[in-house]
Amino acid sequence: MTLIVNNLNVHHGAIAAISDVTFTVPQGELTAVIGSNGAGKSTLLRALSGLKGATSGNATWKEHNLLKGSAEIHVRHGISHVSEGMSVIPELTVEENLDLGAIWRRNKSEAQSSKREVFALFPRLEERRKQSTATLSGGERQMLAIGRALMSKPELLLLDEPSLGLAPLLVKQIFEAISNISKQFGLSVVLVEQNAMSALQIAHSGVVLNLGRVVAAGKAQELISDPAVRAAYLGY
Amino acid sequence: MFEFINTLLIGITSGAIYSLMALALVLVWRSTRVVNFAQAGQALASTYFGFEAMKHIDNFWIALLIAMIGGAILAAFIEMVFMRLLLKHTSSGAIASVAPIIATLGLLEVIRALITLKWGGADVLIKAPLSNTGFSIGTHTLVFSPMKLAIIAVVVFLLSILSILFQKTNIGLSLRASAFSPELARLAGIRVDLVRTFGWALSGATGAVAGMLLVVNGNGSLSPASIEFSLLLISGFIAAVVGGLDSLLGTVIGGMILGLSTAFVLMYISDSLFFIAPFIILLLALIIRPQGILGKKGGRRA
Repeated sequence: MTLIVNNLNVHHGAIAAISDVTFTVPQGELTAVIGSNGAGKSTLLRALSGLKGATSGNATWKEHNLLKGSAEIHVRHGISHVSEGMSVIPELTVEENLDLGAIWRRNKSEAQSSKREVFALFPRLEERRKQSTATLSGGERQMLAIGRALMSKPELLLLDEPSLGLAPLLVKQIFEAISNISKQFGLSVVLVEQNAMSALQIAHSGVVLNLGRVVAAGKAQELISDPAVRAAYLGY
Repeated sequence: MFEFINTLLIGITSGAIYSLMALALVLVWRSTRVVNFAQAGQALASTYFGFEAMKHIDNFWIALLIAMIGGAILAAFIEMVFMRLLLKHTSSGAIASVAPIIATLGLLEVIRALITLKWGGADVLIKAPLSNTGFSIGTHTLVFSPMKLAIIAVVVFLLSILSILFQKTNIGLSLRASAFSPELARLAGIRVDLVRTFGWALSGATGAVAGMLLVVNGNGSLSPASIEFSLLLISGFIAAVVGGLDSLLGTVIGGMILGLSTAFVLMYISDSLFFIAPFIILLLALIIRPQGILGKKGGRRA
């Protein structure tokens, strides 16, 4: 069970957002996709989860063609996407946001046990389960967004900038949580981040995007010690 | 005092009907962001379905059920073959905000014309299932009648069912999630297209009840050019805006404000103000609380 992306091209109108992107994510591994603003990171995830149509190329997950069918189908094949900027619905309660993640699942007792797992991971969410999501802090919302994704019983987690807008201490906590979740549930993860160093530190491998093209890829440790990557993306 | 209670009860009855119409408009607004002017035509057509049913089975309540089913199917049909295509082709540019409004206005006239074609332009009658003679207290006779009481009961019953549906079921959660964030709903595996169609169907059924009750609350007559149905659309729309375009409770409060104020204006101020009272309420609402009674300031546009 691997995510295989091969020569993927995605356009916004006439403009190429993703050009000939190729990478693989082995099962249970975490791949960080880093790059500056506008590098096409979010577009890549949106194409993989079925929110955005691709122009050409291949993307497969468990022999399932990701470029065919749409988001509501992909989630049934174990793909959960936490989209950019606090992927929760503020008008619903905390528990309703979680239930939303499991709404397509037929087996309700399994869904209940997923909820217990999420509450065990993020006890704060259980304390606030009846509260309106609008009352949560930024960090709590990000926990909820990840919790909602876990409620869909994913095998592949697509995370878009989970650190966006969070204080440094919270960023550290969120990254630890992501790393633990990946190990605990054996999940494959594609983690899109501008916060390149933090992302690479918990990743097995990394892909560096610039203007929609892969400019560097390899083991996370190799990328961290690569002088060119350090200068351009890690800030020293 | 007697006159006051009488007016209050009349106001609550019409307020209840306005609430239903407001809810029908809100359901469509929330699911597709369309102000559906055709709702008056749909309610009118559904009421004619009820009229047709009563020719065969002389039972108003079964006819009401048939009107609801007919209204739901008509609304789902409009959403699937008409609105879906329209919204797809006019999703951007200057036309995007105007196209649905003009289209539903056009649809309203098309439905009216089709009704005239099928049932003719003359008045037809729907017999009220209960007496429209008011209850008596001592020597006084109220305008409030068993029929009006039943109307309030039907509305309360329907609103309770819908409230449970919205708040306690997965269908309700799908409806709300698709309304607030279609993209997140899709990521959670909800087939937003189907949910939208269901939202329209629910709206069509609700509008059908508003139409049937409107006719038996009045003198029982029904015609394609019915001024009452146009007023119902306007009142429902104003009630929805006053209520904040968002919640079930908001539409009920909006409907009641409108029903009560028009009843009191009619009784205590002047007949001639009856038609403009709703518009004065709309203007006041837009100036004082544009976000609606329950709407949050600066929040998301509902």
